[in-house]
Amino acid sequence: MSKLPAADTLAASIEYTPPRTPWMEVPAEFRPGVYSYPANPKNLKILDFPNPRQWAPEDDDWKLPENWQEIIYEGFQERLHKYRSLKVFMDVCVRCGACADKCHYFIGSGDPKNMPVLRAELLRSVYRRDFTMVGKILKSLSGSRELTVDVIKEWFMYFYQCSECRRCSLFCPYGIDTAEITMMGRELLNLLGLNINWIMEPVANCFKVGNHLGIPPHTFKDIVEFMCEDIEDITGIKIDPPMNKKGAEILFVTPSGDYFADPGTYTFMGYLMLFHELGLDYTMSAYASEGGNFGLFTSAEAMKRLNAKIYAEAKRLGVKWILGGECGHMWRVINQYMDTMNGPADFMDVPRNPLTGTVFSNARSTKMVHITEFTADLIKNKILNLDPGRNDHLKVTYHDSCNPARAMGLLEEPRYVIQNVCNNFYEMPEQTIREQTFCCGSGSGLNNEEFMEMRLRGGMPRANAVKHVHEKYGVNMLSCICAIDRAALPPLMQYWVPGVDVTGVHELVANALVMRGEKERETDLRGEPLPGKEG
Amino acid sequence: MNVLYSLLLVLALVVIPLIGAGALGWHTLFGVIIPVFAVLVFVAGFIYRVMDWGRSAVPFRIPTTGGQQQTLSWIKPSKLDNPTTTAGTVGRMALEILLFRSLFRNTRTQLTQGPKLSYGSSKWLWLGAIAFHYSFFIILARHMRFFTEPVPLPFEWLDKLDGILQIGVPTLYMTEFVILAALAYLFLRRVVVPQLRYISLPADYFPLFLILAIVISGVLMRYFIRTDIMDIKTLTMGLATLNFTVPENIGVIFYIHVFLVAALLVYFPMSKLMHSGGVFLSPTRNLANNNRMKRHINPWNHPVKTHPYEEWEDEYREQLKEAGLPVEKE
Repeated sequence: MSKLPAADTLAASIEYTPPRTPWMEVPAEFRPGVYSYPANPKNLKILDFPNPRQWAPEDDDWKLPENWQEIIYEGFQERLHKYRSLKVFMDVCVRCGACADKCHYFIGSGDPKNMPVLRAELLRSVYRRDFTMVGKILKSLSGSRELTVDVIKEWFMYFYQCSECRRCSLFCPYGIDTAEITMMGRELLNLLGLNINWIMEPVANCFKVGNHLGIPPHTFKDIVEFMCEDIEDITGIKIDPPMNKKGAEILFVTPSGDYFADPGTYTFMGYLMLFHELGLDYTMSAYASEGGNFGLFTSAEAMKRLNAKIYAEAKRLGVKWILGGECGHMWRVINQYMDTMNGPADFMDVPRNPLTGTVFSNARSTKMVHITEFTADLIKNKILNLDPGRNDHLKVTYHDSCNPARAMGLLEEPRYVIQNVCNNFYEMPEQTIREQTFCCGSGSGLNNEEFMEMRLRGGMPRANAVKHVHEKYGVNMLSCICAIDRAALPPLMQYWVPGVDVTGVHELVANALVMRGEKERETDLRGEPLPGKEG
Repeated sequence: MNVLYSLLLVLALVVIPLIGAGALGWHTLFGVIIPVFAVLVFVAGFIYRVMDWGRSAVPFRIPTTGGQQQTLSWIKPSKLDNPTTTAGTVGRMALEILLFRSLFRNTRTQLTQGPKLSYGSSKWLWLGAIAFHYSFFIILARHMRFFTEPVPLPFEWLDKLDGILQIGVPTLYMTEFVILAALAYLFLRRVVVPQLRYISLPADYFPLFLILAIVISGVLMRYFIRTDIMDIKTLTMGLATLNFTVPENIGVIFYIHVFLVAALLVYFPMSKLMHSGGVFLSPTRNLANNNRMKRHINPWNHPVKTHPYEEWEDEYREQLKEAGLPVEKE
């Protein structure tokens, strides 16, 4: 990070006019800050993934398997057959350019290959040559090209410079979804053993231990107990959250980021306090201790392997339904993949809120409810005793995470919750929120340190919108419902908008929640004095 | 260079009938054989492409959601931008196909000192696209009067409506101006906007020039290089009724027009113009966001290697017991 220029210097250096050299003649340049480190071979071995070895993107020789071209050709062929999305998206783009300036990485870097249309052309150019008649006859005139090692290097660069946020797909007249293109590109790269450690280590950990961070069961329990001590210090209330408890009504699953680092931990404390106050019959699981799924950023197969734990554990514990915590890509997996991959979940009941009687019929097949759906229902039915004044020291805005926004449509529930637990809420400009929301710049497994320059560039549109409300209304707290956001937004704010902190929605809920038998609270969950309790 | 290649290719397509039907007088080839062949290629090619897409699986239901989901009864869902029902999905598709809904959202990003990013409304591309497609459609429908006898009333009305301004003899059609303006805009933005120029392929310029050449040859034939319209109708009715006749006195301009159309028909199924069929099959648009309500079936959902609880407990049994967590096997 120290090597980066000041924020305004960086912004001033962004150039949107492409170079004169045609893009096919510009090789990918691997310099620090714009790529992620390759996967450690031990992680690939745990997962039985191909070609585990030591290699570096800056090397000339990437130690590809000997028949790598054949592997890509066959892998491509297979995926064209398995995914209509890929086939249609390869064929129908007219290069109208509507997507070009919708990508946060393009806006923040000006690199033309970050225009979604060109990112897809990286694959299309190879597709045309190998799989279309025109491409075979007309060669380069049709925009096709040979599959060379340089092309593979370019794929590695740019499919790991896409956060699969789907913003471009909203604006595409044919719904071409770059997330889908990137997922296919990454699947193909994985066949050659080209993957990044920040994704493969969590996948291996999650597969083996149960969560991305590789926190073993006893440590998980220790962490939770430690947080309960903090809760007791602040509220005077002792909580003993159930774990691996058979016969509970609800299984609660959340991303491991929530119990690993600040400020996610405050959100986790918020869940525990809420469930305690409700007297909810729930359990967490040390086996299915991960809601997130970095398999999504690897391959459909890896995603399915990790996701399988959730239903398996729900069945073993005999719960009636599943409640899911605040996480972005986790909810893409739950909403769009889980039931198809690992269902049917016919051993559970249609989720029903035991406190309000509300039946979540929108989750009647998958049997999994989002925590903001759950809490919004509690608030609407006046179950909670809330004192939003306790959040009066905060001026809050809300960042829609890409996946809940564009792969689900979870827009009103978190807003309803926030507006009931905070008195000062301000929206960012409409082109930067809801379905048009901008990525944090670190999604899809790219929230690693070595990629910081691109993260800050890609996060610029989000940060700029925060800056707008920071300057206009004095906003000092950015709320979100995503664990990657909670890890990625703090350095982003520090760089572009100092003075704005990051919080999960349930941290705000817990601060406002007046619990039965609690002592008079002096501080919020972060240990900061509450309004009126300063000094 | 891409522009030049495409332009030269279209000029070559003009020269071929000029020589073949003009100098050499091969009227049957250019008036009957080539058009019939082109129509067959178009129909077969279009069907093949759509069926080819149809052969690929739709493993997951992955709509891009553009509005509020359906959840709690008191939260208003966005029925068209985030449909959960078939009716809603059909509505979303209709908006997309008839009104170019997604393109209508278009914005233009600007970065200014500060740094300050702003996103202005940008509807020109939408307007150009709508103007082009609808005028193309009306022109196509107007031409049906060459292939029907008696001409059905809707085609007559469309013809009247298009010439409603009643300027000149023969009456000028509005669509001719609109399509020329739209094509000019769609071409100019490709060469003027640096990013667009950077991404444009010959396959982007070629259809623009080809359609432009078709329109220009049509306009020339109607207003400037007149040729007997009754003879043309005799020929076109012959094509429609498979009772082929080639009247003697049809001008070469007609054969140029028809040859260019034939080129477009043949080119169509193997080009990006197939977006007209593909838009119906786009999985991010034509599926409802009802995954949590109704299970979607993946035809190739093969089993995968997992790490079952039993194995996991075997690996962590001691730690689990030590931490006071329940185990299945002691």
